[in-house]
This record gives sequence, structure tokens and C-alpha cells, in this order.
Amino acid sequence: MPGRQLIMNFEVTPTSHTLEAYRARGGYATLEKALTTMQPVDITKEVTASGLLGHGGAAFPVGRKWAVMKPGSDETHYLCANADEGEPGTFKDRWILENAPHLLVESMLIASYALGVRNAFVYIRGEFDLPYRRIQGAIDEAYAAGLLGAKLHGTPFELDIVVYRGAGSYVCGEASGLITSIEGRKPYPRNRPPRLTVRGLYQKPTVINNVESLANITGIVRMGAEEFRKVGTAKSPGTQLISISGHIAKPGVYEVEYGYPWARFLDEDCGGMLHGAKMKCIVPGGISTKVLTRAEIEPLMLSHESVNPAGSGLGSGGMIVIAEGTCMVRLLQVLLRFYHHESCGQCTPCREGMGWMHRIIDRIVAGQGVPEDIDRLYAISEANDGTTICGMGDAAGYATVGILNKFRDEFEYFIANKRSKCDGRLECLA
Amino acid sequence: MRHLVPEFEKLKERYPAGFEASLVLPCLRRIQEDRGFVAEEDIVGLVDYLGVPRIQVEEVLSYYTMLRRKPIGRFHLQACRNIACSMRGAEGVVGYLRKRLGIGPGETTPDGRFTLSVVECLGSCGTAPVVMVNEAYHEDMSLEKLDRLVDELAAAGEGK
Repeated sequence: MPGRQLIMNFEVTPTSHTLEAYRARGGYATLEKALTTMQPVDITKEVTASGLLGHGGAAFPVGRKWAVMKPGSDETHYLCANADEGEPGTFKDRWILENAPHLLVESMLIASYALGVRNAFVYIRGEFDLPYRRIQGAIDEAYAAGLLGAKLHGTPFELDIVVYRGAGSYVCGEASGLITSIEGRKPYPRNRPPRLTVRGLYQKPTVINNVESLANITGIVRMGAEEFRKVGTAKSPGTQLISISGHIAKPGVYEVEYGYPWARFLDEDCGGMLHGAKMKCIVPGGISTKVLTRAEIEPLMLSHESVNPAGSGLGSGGMIVIAEGTCMVRLLQVLLRFYHHESCGQCTPCREGMGWMHRIIDRIVAGQGVPEDIDRLYAISEANDGTTICGMGDAAGYATVGILNKFRDEFEYFIANKRSKCDGRLECLA
Repeated sequence: MRHLVPEFEKLKERYPAGFEASLVLPCLRRIQEDRGFVAEEDIVGLVDYLGVPRIQVEEVLSYYTMLRRKPIGRFHLQACRNIACSMRGAEGVVGYLRKRLGIGPGETTPDGRFTLSVVECLGSCGTAPVVMVNEAYHEDMSLEKLDRLVDELAAAGEGK
């Protein structure tokens, strides 16, 4: 395994997700420690000192988000675990929900205590069935064992966790879209300010954290910020769950200690390329991050301070490996079809722009492209950047520009010759 | 939907008073699970029960891709065609299902047994390509596995 493990540090068996197994691993001891020996503010201090960065994609410091909340006030506060995992290439929250649901429940209990929350939600994407049954099962088990509900560990603290199931929408993963969805509407994201920690769900202060971000809380409180920071690098403390897919020999979820060499991760831990192919490029962290070539990642470490200067980011940890011979024109077509399908339609540049880009790429693939189409894709990407309420319009542009910058020749070839330079293949043949 | 009201009442207790609209999505999901789709009488009933404007129920119903207002086949096959699945053979999967079932995406076989949909990322990229059959994920699908799966479903359909 690539470095030390904080979350995937146990053997997965048919029963390892149960309360009994979790307790045997020391589960819920940290909750007791937090409730009986720590003040809410101590926990937030610890989380801030840990330097934990959000794992949903933006790597925003969790402590800074939490520090805005006022746990002592009379106002109702909410916590939502964002389990609307939908960034293509990302499937690591699913691993936590299926295999370590009690780690999420314990972490949400500790976080709620720290933040003055009495009602928490897990917003889970609609298609996830087993993950839903596992997290709901864990919550039911916790209630039955007196670990959720009123007067926990003899203190006045109480918590209710509701699992809210989505019904098929990428935009619900955007924090403000998520709460709009819980409020019973289509998930139109909201303008900030006000920040959601000031006015969020039902107009009350709300913290929304990714599942993996929350799953780290128990470990941080158990070992203390100082110990936590001994894992990873100074600027990227801890670990990141990497979901790796595409043309790689051993796809799956890996917990990587920040600072681990990227090339070694791919070649040794993930077994190298599928069918011994050569790597053309890689999507580092969900399709909204810019692709990097093998040569570009060769000297890099898996940490934010190493990957960001290369013009990309680790994002949600959804890594997609692309072999030589893959048609980048058709690949971009898949991405633009997705963005067009998922645009919620609230902001004009995204609603219209996604459609334009999708139609342009369809036209190129149909052999009816014109040389100006490449400039048009650039122009629409630029026009979208920063002009929409949420980041989706920007993201589609980043993905497009990332591919066009590096593989422009394939687009020019396709337009000039009305066929792919790479046989139009997306698969990697043996 | 009337017989589901006792269930909805329990759900209601867990949301703050005055925010009944939060129940629209969970209630619609439950109704669809029960009936297979959301009927006109369900919409009318839910509007009446929750005291929300009809447009709010219509908004949720029309936006979210998993909700439907018409019945579909007994087995709903949803093939992912996003990036990771496409890179692992999803186009072949969709092509095979079209041919084997004789229908295109969004269509139902005349016997009402199968409905085919083509969907975006299901969060199963490490075990691509993936096909959902009703609620269940079927991962690492090869054409051979797909063939067996459709055989099994067809046989199960006979026993209906």
C-alpha cells in the first residue's frame, strides 16, 4: 500500500462494516473521549490544527469552514455529509459508506458535538443502493445501542441523523445545490455570500463536508492534530483516497499517504498499465481537473503542493488512466455529453454553452467539423469561466481546454480527414 | 399513496415544522418504489397531504432523472456510458443490449419485461463497465456475463 493508512486500516470481510466489528477495532471510544473530556471548541481547534483539507474536490481547509459556526448560540445548526458522489472517475466515498459506515457515524457525532448540531443529514446519491443500506443500517445499529439519540454518554448532547436519498442529479453534489435539494426543490446552486455556514439549510448555519473529510475526524480527535500531521506532508497532511480507473491493471480505491511518488503509485501499487500499454495521459482528480501527460507526472508527488503547480489538481481523487491509442476527440465527446446532460439550467452560460459545446463535438465526430470549431470550443470555455453560480460551467471548460491544449493535433486531424487519428477507440486492446 | 401516509408521518417528525417540502422527494421515491411510477392521483394526494403547491411536486418530479410518471418494464437495465465505462467497453455493452432486446434506450420490450436506459456515471468506475438491473449494480460486465444475466432475467420473467 502507498504509505500509511488512516481509513482503510482494517481487513474488509463480510461483517467488517457492522457495529460489533467496528467496536472491536476501538470504534466509538473516541466519541466517548470527546463527549466526556473535551469542550466543543477544543475539537474545532484540533481539527483546525490538523490542517485537514476537504476531500470533495476543492481542498478547502475543514477547520476554516467549522470556525464560522457558533456552537454556543441558540440558533439551530445543521451538518450534512455530502455523499452525492458523482464526479466521473470517483468512487471512494462509496467505499467508506459500504465498508466503514460506523466511522462516518462516529465522525458525524463528534463533528455535531463540536459544531452545536442536533440534526444531521447524509445526502446520498439516488443510485447508491448497497451504500444506502449500509449507512442506514449503521445508523439503526447506533440508535439501538444508545450511540445515537438523546443524552449520549450521560451528557445533554443528542443527535438525529437522517439519510436523504437523491434521485439522479450531478449538481446535487455542489454544496448549495445539495441543501436546495433537501429543501424540496431542483438543486439550483446559490450565490455566495452569504456562506452556507452563515445561512444554509432552512436558512440556518450549515456545515457541508464530504464523506471522506468527515471520516478523518474520528482519527484526528483520537490521535490529536500533532500525530495526524506526522502523516503526509507539511502542506497536505494525512492521506487521500484515490479511486483509480480506466486503462490500469488494478483499478480500485487506494488510500495514499500525501507525498507518495505518483509514478511509483501507478507502476507498483496499481500494477502498471492495462495489457502493458503505454500511458498517453491521466485525469488526476475527477474529470473537471486538467489532464497531465506521463512525462508531466514523472517527477510529481501525490500532494497538493506538487500537483497544483503543474496546472492541475488532485480534486476528488478520481484518477482515470488513458492509454496510447485512445481517441481524445471521442473522449472529449463523452465528457461534453455528460456536462450538457447534467447542467441544471439556472445560469445561461452553462445551460447554453454546454449545449453548444456538445453539438460542436458531435459535429466533429460526425465528420462535419470545421477548423474554426476548435477556436469555438476555446471561446465558450473562456466565456463560461467565472460567469456561473456554481463551478460546473468552469469545470467543463477546464476539462475541454486541458485536452485541447495537449492534443490539438488530434482535433485538427479529425476535422481535416473526417476520421480519428486513433481509430476512434476508447478501449485499450490487449 | 394514501396507504403510505403512516410511513410519511414518521418521516415528518424528523424534519423541522414548516418545511414539509423536504418530504416531496422522499415521498415520491417511496411512491415510485410502491407503484413503479408516480401517477396523477399520487401527485394530487401528495399536494393535499403536504400542503405544498402542485408546481413544487412537478418541479421535483420533472428534474430528477430517476423519477418517472409512466410505468416501465419489470427489469430496468441501465448501462453507464460515462468515461471510465466507455474506456472499458460500455459502447459494446449498449450495442449488445440494443440487439439482444431489440429496443433502443428509453424503450420497453413489447412484453413489458425489459426497459433499457443509458445513463451517466454511476460511481462504479473501478469495476467498469457497469449495468444496473433495478436497484442492483452488476459490475465488470463482459459480453458473456451480460448474455448470462439477460438469460437469467428472461427466465425469471417467465415465472411471473
